[in-house]
Amino acid sequence: MLQDILMLTAFFILRIGVPLLLVIGIGYSLLQRFYGVKLDFSPKFVTGVGLVLALWALAAIAVILRFTDGLGAVTNLSDQFPLGLWIGFDVMAGAMLGGGAFVLAGLVYVFGIERYRPILRSTILTAFLGYVLLIVALLVDVGRPQNILLARPVYFINIHSVLWEVAMCVLCYTVVLALEFSPALFERLRWRRMWRLTHKITLPLVIVGILLSTMHQSSLGSLWLIAPGKLHGLWYSPLLPVFFWISAVAVGLAMVTVESNLSARAFKRGLEQDLLASLGKANAYLLAFYAAFRLADLAVRGQLGLVLRLDLPGVLFWVELGLGAILPAALLMRPQIRKNRDALFAIAAVIVACGILNRLNVSMFSLYSYTGPIYIPSWMEMVVTAGMFTFGAAVFALLARLLPVFPAEHGEQATVPAQV
Amino acid sequence: MNAVSSTAKSLSRRQFLKLSAVTAGAAALAGVQASAMAASTGVKPGSTPAMLIDISRCVGCSNCQRSCIAANNLHPTSEQLQGLSAQTFTVVQRYDFEGGNTRFVKRQCMHCLDAACASACPVSALYKTEAGPIAYRPDRCLGCRYCMVSCPFNIPRFEWNKGLTPEIRKCMFCIERQEAGQLPACAENCPTGALKVGTREELLREAHARIAAHPRFYVDHVYGEHEAGGTSMLYISDVPFALLGFRTDVTTRPIPAYTWDVMSKLPWVVGGLAAVLTGASIYTRKRNGAHHDDTPPWERPEAGG
Repeated sequence: MLQDILMLTAFFILRIGVPLLLVIGIGYSLLQRFYGVKLDFSPKFVTGVGLVLALWALAAIAVILRFTDGLGAVTNLSDQFPLGLWIGFDVMAGAMLGGGAFVLAGLVYVFGIERYRPILRSTILTAFLGYVLLIVALLVDVGRPQNILLARPVYFINIHSVLWEVAMCVLCYTVVLALEFSPALFERLRWRRMWRLTHKITLPLVIVGILLSTMHQSSLGSLWLIAPGKLHGLWYSPLLPVFFWISAVAVGLAMVTVESNLSARAFKRGLEQDLLASLGKANAYLLAFYAAFRLADLAVRGQLGLVLRLDLPGVLFWVELGLGAILPAALLMRPQIRKNRDALFAIAAVIVACGILNRLNVSMFSLYSYTGPIYIPSWMEMVVTAGMFTFGAAVFALLARLLPVFPAEHGEQATVPAQV
Repeated sequence: MNAVSSTAKSLSRRQFLKLSAVTAGAAALAGVQASAMAASTGVKPGSTPAMLIDISRCVGCSNCQRSCIAANNLHPTSEQLQGLSAQTFTVVQRYDFEGGNTRFVKRQCMHCLDAACASACPVSALYKTEAGPIAYRPDRCLGCRYCMVSCPFNIPRFEWNKGLTPEIRKCMFCIERQEAGQLPACAENCPTGALKVGTREELLREAHARIAAHPRFYVDHVYGEHEAGGTSMLYISDVPFALLGFRTDVTTRPIPAYTWDVMSKLPWVVGGLAAVLTGASIYTRKRNGAHHDDTPPWERPEAGG
């Protein structure tokens, strides 16, 4: 095992690390030359990049070990606990975090609320990268990824399988997101004909995207309905698909705020605070409704007593619903809190974190009541997940510099970004 | 013993003939129809091959386990022999009770009539054969392990140490042997008659007859008659099933119904939503007037280059 890791490390430095550094160096000098991208090589920046690169190297080693020695060599999964962090975080939570794209696109294109347009492109890009990484994570997690690459699910259809439906919807929606984002690429390249084509089909694309999102966001919840008696009573509900859809909208909108704030800090650009505040207001009502609906469902199913227990599921439930929905809803109802940029950012971050916890609760922790706490992700699983997360952020940062993603460098801008 | 196996042989031969006739006729059918058929109509539950496992008759010799290993060419490690594993399709588990009483429970795939795994599998790699057993096609398996989550009896096992060719492993009810007119390996080598193979209908009748003949001895429950909507493996016992590691909270509703409840509503939800969104976008267009933003942003006069 240790020998394997050492061998792979050596392999990496020679065969991948050195060429990668060359590519990065050449790419950077090209960027500098043609786009005027300039990085300040401050010690902080260099350490940050170094840490991230080290993380990616570890993640790559873990992925290679997974493909050579199997999932058992890398993960803590077992026959008793077959799905873990990569499904719970990368797939279940990853799709949820991209939920803002279909909501915002619907608001702008279907309902004509044009004022949200300035933050639409960055949201779509976030969702697109999230979905691409979801697919990558799935290809790592699945035992026989070659059968996905050979498009087996397209030929062998099982309409009874929720997972088949999710797979098809995720695949189609990723294409839809790519097409929805493509005008930005053609705008940069000044490809007139392609721009007009993709621009024209945007409305139908958005509608199809909403339908696909509704289907797979809810079905990610339906997936777990096949295991009655295995999930804890606090989470197993026939309404799981409805809860998943609502929380995907709510957490997706909170993710828009988080992503706008992070990119505002990273790119030193203005922040659309009034837009984010209005989204926060809508989110307050949505989260309040969600929390009430969850509790009402528990009451109807006669499981309300479970929330009073101070065991692990009870605590996780209150963190997820109390901290992640009830408290933010109460805070976001107040206009003066919504106006405060840092408060709104912090609340949105809490909603996102607790939304992720909800997905982990359903897909991992709620199974503990049946299997016992036999699964805790291995460090390699966490490294792969963290590596993919940071990789997505890095690609976002790169594309945001190369393409007209934000309104400041975006010809279509309608409103002046609110400077705070 | 002899009579039993001869009826079982003729039965499985008859089913093999039926199977081959059906498959020959349906050779042109795509996987879609095959899987849809398996999930909706399938075999008549009564005539599906089944096994009656009488726990009170089992002496724990593990002949079934050894013959299963030989018949399926398995290579279990001693650790894998302790429970079901990728190399152990059936296992005999020992339960000790007070007073020196011991019971042995043979575990293997239950071959549900309406199997959760077959409905969960996105590509129908696990599927219900025309004859009845749940079989597996590794060439289309994605290795997603959703079958393992779905199985109410925790049967499917995964090859965790294979990089790109792990398979889902479980008892296949010796499909090839049954097609060839033989008994499943475990049943053929059971010395005490604890395992009996036949059609599900006649075994259910027999199980109830045995319970009725010795009502004080047997627990009045045929495990598998209703569990998960009915299974091909039927257990009777003189010790309560809850004490023998059986899941007693398994629903009697076929497991696939739980997801189909939602899946079957999706077309209506999506259709309704599509109508609403289309209507809304038409209304928006009308209200806002025709949008003349077909000019690329870099060609618009107001865009500052």
